Amino acid sequence: MQKITKNQLLDKAAELLDNGTVTAVLGWQKGEFDYDVTPALFENKEELFANFVWNDFCGANFSKYLIKHTRKVEGKILVFLKPCDTYSFNQLLTEHRFDREKVYAVGIPCEGMADIDKVKAIVGDGISSIDCGEKIKVTTIYADAAVEIDGKDVLEGRCESCKSKKHVAYDELLGEEGDVLDSNRFDEVARLEAMTPDERFAFWQNELSRCIRCNACRDVCPACTCEKCVFGNPKSGVENKSPANSFEEKMFHIIRAFHVAGRCTDCGECSRVCPQNIPLHLLNRKFIKDMNECYGEYQAGAEVGSRAPLVNYTTEDLEPGEVFDRRDTDA
Amino acid sequence: MQRIGVFVCWCGSNIAGTVDVHAVAEALKLEPGVVFSTDYQYMCSQAGQNIIKEAIAEHKLTGIVVCSCSPRMHEATFRKTAAAAGLNPYMVEIANIREQCSWVHKDMPIGTEKAIILGKAAIAKVNLNAPLTPGESPVTKRALVIGGGIAGIQTALDIADAGFPVDIVEKKPTIGGKMAQLDKTFPTLDCAACILTPKMVDVAQHDKIRIFSYSEVTEVKGFVGNFDVKIKKHARYVKEDVCTGCGDCVSKCPMKKVPNEFNLGMDNRHAIYIPFAQAVPKVATIDPNACNMIKNGKCGLCAKVCTAGAIDYTQKDEFIEEKYGAIVVATGYNHISMDKFDEFAYNQSKDVITSLEFERLTNAAGPTAGKLLRPSDGVHPHTIVFVQCVGSRCDACAEKGKEYCSKICCMYTAKHAMLTRDKYPDTDVYVFYIDVRTPGKNFDEFYRRAVEEYGVHYIKGMVGKVVPEGNKLKVQASDLLSNKQLHIDADLVVLAAAIEPDKSARPLATMLTASMDTNDFFTEAHPKLRPVESPTAGVFLSGACQGPKDIPETVSQAGAAASKVIGLLAKDKLTGNPCIAHSDEMMCNGCSSCERVCPYGAITYVDKEFRMPDRTTAIRRVASVNPAVCQGCGACTVACPSGAMDLKGFATSQIIAEVDAICK
Repeated sequence: MQKITKNQLLDKAAELLDNGTVTAVLGWQKGEFDYDVTPALFENKEELFANFVWNDFCGANFSKYLIKHTRKVEGKILVFLKPCDTYSFNQLLTEHRFDREKVYAVGIPCEGMADIDKVKAIVGDGISSIDCGEKIKVTTIYADAAVEIDGKDVLEGRCESCKSKKHVAYDELLGEEGDVLDSNRFDEVARLEAMTPDERFAFWQNELSRCIRCNACRDVCPACTCEKCVFGNPKSGVENKSPANSFEEKMFHIIRAFHVAGRCTDCGECSRVCPQNIPLHLLNRKFIKDMNECYGEYQAGAEVGSRAPLVNYTTEDLEPGEVFDRRDTDA
Repeated sequence: MQRIGVFVCWCGSNIAGTVDVHAVAEALKLEPGVVFSTDYQYMCSQAGQNIIKEAIAEHKLTGIVVCSCSPRMHEATFRKTAAAAGLNPYMVEIANIREQCSWVHKDMPIGTEKAIILGKAAIAKVNLNAPLTPGESPVTKRALVIGGGIAGIQTALDIADAGFPVDIVEKKPTIGGKMAQLDKTFPTLDCAACILTPKMVDVAQHDKIRIFSYSEVTEVKGFVGNFDVKIKKHARYVKEDVCTGCGDCVSKCPMKKVPNEFNLGMDNRHAIYIPFAQAVPKVATIDPNACNMIKNGKCGLCAKVCTAGAIDYTQKDEFIEEKYGAIVVATGYNHISMDKFDEFAYNQSKDVITSLEFERLTNAAGPTAGKLLRPSDGVHPHTIVFVQCVGSRCDACAEKGKEYCSKICCMYTAKHAMLTRDKYPDTDVYVFYIDVRTPGKNFDEFYRRAVEEYGVHYIKGMVGKVVPEGNKLKVQASDLLSNKQLHIDADLVVLAAAIEPDKSARPLATMLTASMDTNDFFTEAHPKLRPVESPTAGVFLSGACQGPKDIPETVSQAGAAASKVIGLLAKDKLTGNPCIAHSDEMMCNGCSSCERVCPYGAITYVDKEFRMPDRTTAIRRVASVNPAVCQGCGACTVACPSGAMDLKGFATSQIIAEVDAICK
């Protein structure tokens, strides 16, 4: 499904390693299965050619990994950024979370990533191998012939409502530049807003009750980059709270949504990594939608150094009273 | 664990009337950390404070809670009490059980319950209090006075006489303000110029005073003792230090049809001008909107005749940056516009004038050289009608005018009426009034003299309509005492227009973060006890920018403001507020959120090397708070995404403990 090929990326990486532009490459490598691709730092060409992977399951957003790796690696790191990743990249630069000088960013086009759960819904369990080309060829231990799936039929939820095929940051671009899309990403939020408060509470109760507090959403979130997380800080009083009751499991996600409000670029990593398939991105999107409506359109990470509406004041801002009044129309 | 003492004040019956103070003291005894609890009639009294001091010594208290009035009232008092007993003053918390409890409740059980809850919250906070030590900041020993009217002049002279340098910023080309335009001053009738101009000269000659005329304050940063101010000096196209004020340029200037602001447009001036003969600084100014040379490069006569070589057509606005320890606002007042008062025909007839225009008409240096002549035809008026309260004391809902009394109009109208009758006994003078308000020393005697000795017709009632007809003004008015409608054919109508703060005051207040009332008058820190200080530390108020006032009152307020400034500048160090923000560097991400919301510019970033949890070292960008600049507003603590910013004395954990205590 991807237009750009693994070899194009490898060639670019090899070229940059050879000419000394970069000393390490942040890329993807195979996990236990073909579909659980994980981020990896390759520090030489041998490792790179042996393990580098590029296919329809390379959803991971590398922006956040740059904080950790730029602190350790001498010289520049090559990072491959899909369009949606570039927004997180810019947002982290706005927050001074890593040194731009230590990164060589290569923008790569993305045709959308595949959701393994949707694949499993078609082929069933027991996937032994996946081969991504024009089509996704899936072999299982139960069937002799491979099943061919069109990538468009198994797109991740976030890719179905992709907000941008345009890269907002890079040093070099491979492939063709796309456009900012007129996505329908707020439709789902509008559907929630149309519910009665009781229905909405029941919806979130049902979703959040599945949370096992694995912290995957926090760990992957490019906006969650605190040196010490409030949920890991003994002084905070909310450290390591387990989902012992329905209040605490909800509070974790709601606190987190408030925490990243105005800084969340809507990359959708939280929902992608959730092992319980909780649509966490909807909490963040509600904030984005509200901010757009109250303080004017704002896309976090669209540019470096922009002031988010929540830490800015203009005379056009909605009065607090009006924000309060909106509550009634929402309900 | 803290050892906390609780002191419940009765405030006479103010608190004890609706709160069972004994029950509060008993209930709070059971709270964690509390080792002593009592109540007393007046905790703030000497005897009350002694109870606190003795309890601190006897029970080895480490923190105290005083359940009393608002901390704005007596927090400082009880902090001093604690300090005198050897306890850190920031180990004192006030539970406000008066303003927030007894005064808003009528029912004793409800009031008592709430007082206990407020006490519990304060105790929960003290349990987490830590001793704080205030920092010190230096004081720049120079004052800035904004406005060069009589208020600014008096303040500047008083401060300078005490030995501190003062700068006056005046937006007009000369200092002097409104008083320079007046003729005589009530109630003694001495000539305004005779008593003002010597003071203006004193200012000009004072070695401690600098005058920035034709200038404006454009930016104010910093805080009490350490203000950084940017002043814009408008180009006057004349070198101020070279011009001798001889006036040769003025007499040669061919552009002589520019309305003269000083005479309120009743005559004309030249494009290059000196506002009036006694102007300070006595320097010419070119009006760039009228000067041909500046507009289209044709003319240049003034440069030719100036033997001093002071004319400079290429002069540009200049910016001056200076540091000040204190700022005095003396921006004064203006008459409101008469545009909305069509009933008085101000815009239809030249012979309907405001009181300030009347001052100019009777002033020897005015457009008529002091002869009272009608502006329309230059004929001596025989019937003059004065209308009081034009735009003053209006209904709150009225679209025009002000709700307040302009305070000075009754007296100056009596003065105008009296002087007119004195100089021109053949004139009939009517004064229409709502009330005559003359509560000042020798004021009522003055007004009665106008009525009794000079035969001014005072009529209680308002003028309904003025209609110009031929060379007369038909005045229709009501006489409320005899309940009759009056029709007077007047030659001149004088309107006592309401006064309002100068338009420059509002943007200035924003720059100074000083507060204003709904009428744009600056508010005092306390209307009775701190009348010349603004609530913003280091900003003081002088004259009519704070409310309508006459000259004697302005001068006394100006002196009072000066004494406050002198008191501030006499200190070498100011004790800061220790309740300021600080950043936990181990938690700080260096994201700049706090820097962006800080209104004082108190936060900077430093790159520091840190030992990381995985035993490596990394250089991280972390926030650092300048304790001298931070005002403890707490905006950063809210913006900080990582929880690294916290406020000393108002830590997040302390506030949550208070909330928990209330919700328990």
